[in-house]
Amino acid sequence: MIQFENVGLRYGLGPEILRDLSFHIAPRSFQFLSGPSGAGKSSLLRLLFLTLKPTRGLITLFDHDTASLSADSLAVLRRRIGVVFQDFRLLDHLTTFDNVALPLRVLGREEDSYYEEVTELLNWVGLGEHTWSLPPVLSGGEKQRAAIARAVIARPQLLLADEPTGNVDPQLAQRLLRLFIELNKSGTSVVIATHDIALMDQYDARRLVLHDGYIHVYD
Amino acid sequence: MPAASFFMMATSMSMTSRLTTALRKGWARVRGRPSRPGREMRGDVHIVPRDSIAANALAAVVAIMTFLAAVTSGGVAIVIGSANEWQSEVSREMTIQVRPIPGRDIEAEIGKAQALARAAPGVVEVRAYSRQESDRLLEPWLGSGLTLDDLPVPRMIAVRVARGVAVDTAALRQSLTQGVAGASLDDHRSGINRMRGMARAAIAGGLGVFGLVLAATVLSVTFATRGAMASNRPIVEVLHFVGAKEAYIASQFQRHFLGLGLRGGALGGIAAMLCLMLAGRVSGLFTGPSGDAEVAAALGRFSIGLMGYAVVAAEVALIAGITALTSRQVVVHTLRNIE
Repeated sequence: MIQFENVGLRYGLGPEILRDLSFHIAPRSFQFLSGPSGAGKSSLLRLLFLTLKPTRGLITLFDHDTASLSADSLAVLRRRIGVVFQDFRLLDHLTTFDNVALPLRVLGREEDSYYEEVTELLNWVGLGEHTWSLPPVLSGGEKQRAAIARAVIARPQLLLADEPTGNVDPQLAQRLLRLFIELNKSGTSVVIATHDIALMDQYDARRLVLHDGYIHVYD
Repeated sequence: MPAASFFMMATSMSMTSRLTTALRKGWARVRGRPSRPGREMRGDVHIVPRDSIAANALAAVVAIMTFLAAVTSGGVAIVIGSANEWQSEVSREMTIQVRPIPGRDIEAEIGKAQALARAAPGVVEVRAYSRQESDRLLEPWLGSGLTLDDLPVPRMIAVRVARGVAVDTAALRQSLTQGVAGASLDDHRSGINRMRGMARAAIAGGLGVFGLVLAATVLSVTFATRGAMASNRPIVEVLHFVGAKEAYIASQFQRHFLGLGLRGGALGGIAAMLCLMLAGRVSGLFTGPSGDAEVAAALGRFSIGLMGYAVVAAEVALIAGITALTSRQVVVHTLRNIE
């Protein structure tokens, strides 16, 4: 599904922070992306999410060479990827319902056509009571679940999560991990970027470890 | 289902089938769904927030700058209208002067001069000043109560020309010189030329001031729009991340900022029009019905006319367009930065 071949990345004229990355992400797979702070996890996620272009190497996403795609084609490709940000990135002026429905709205769908889907998903992640609440009144865990719901509402083939447990207590982190496992079982490939060793120890999954700009894959 | 119970259940049973089922449910299932507040109850469901502080501040800037630009354009329209009126009014007037010649009947000479003037093509009105009227013309210099019978005071004949018609002044001058003793024709050519130069200078000055105000308006509205857009960067980013195309994101902001620009522009434009109308009424009160004609002849009428209102409307549209285009430009720039 995703193939990296000798990918390198540097910002401006600075040193290369990602070097010779070669790995693949298979359909319906689950992997942790880890490494010390500053190792380049977020940069690698941005490469996966097509908001950064590599300075060298080849990235193939869903059988497309990303270097040759136009901005609009990349946007269409991005719809097949869901992202959960560490800082949630919910829009404070929209209700939980409207935040979660945003990817469907962008597709040009009318509210009546997705109302059932969104409310069912919100119930599923335990936010049914907060359907019409604004993000500022949600707790950290609720915001995180709303962000996850937004990431999966359009049924992406790949889910990327950047430190999804960074702002929550261990108990909630464990619950969120179970949520990601359930999503993976429903057919979505999952990549969770984290440096939380305890979290990774809870689930036996493939690990991609970044160190000194290189990636080490532990299947 | 409450959040806690969801997670407890997630630990004990597979949720895969539930998620799949939930996502597959569509339109058909409408019974028992939670009550949905209408859009009017849910408040702002626009992707770009309507009434943020930045948006209201931008609308205020647009309103103020549109007001200033519209008042300036109105003032310039009045100056241009007045200048044109001076030129046309003065160029429609000519004066025949008949000097008294010893041994000649001046009244007879005046009669001949009037007949020659009336016969000239384009002349619509000829009026000879009486002896008393001629004497009164000298009063500001010689004072009143004097007997001017012994002085050779020339007599004046006012000639009015039809609007837009060029009278052959050379032919009229020749016929007066040959046919009337002591007659001369003054077509005010030198005065008109000076007036024309002054009017042109006034128009050029007015247009220059209008250009500067318009440029200041465009710049200030552009920077105010950029400032308002800065607070919307997170929205642009989120839309980008959920797969929105550039055209979709740009159109969301362009529509919103066009509305903001029109709202602010209309407010400023209408306020300016009301001010100009009020100024016209106030100037009418000061001059009064009798003095109004004299003031109008000297300074022109205090009205911007239909063309002036059209210019104000065009300014509103221009400024609204600038806000919309600037927002689009900022969106495109932001997306380029993200990538």
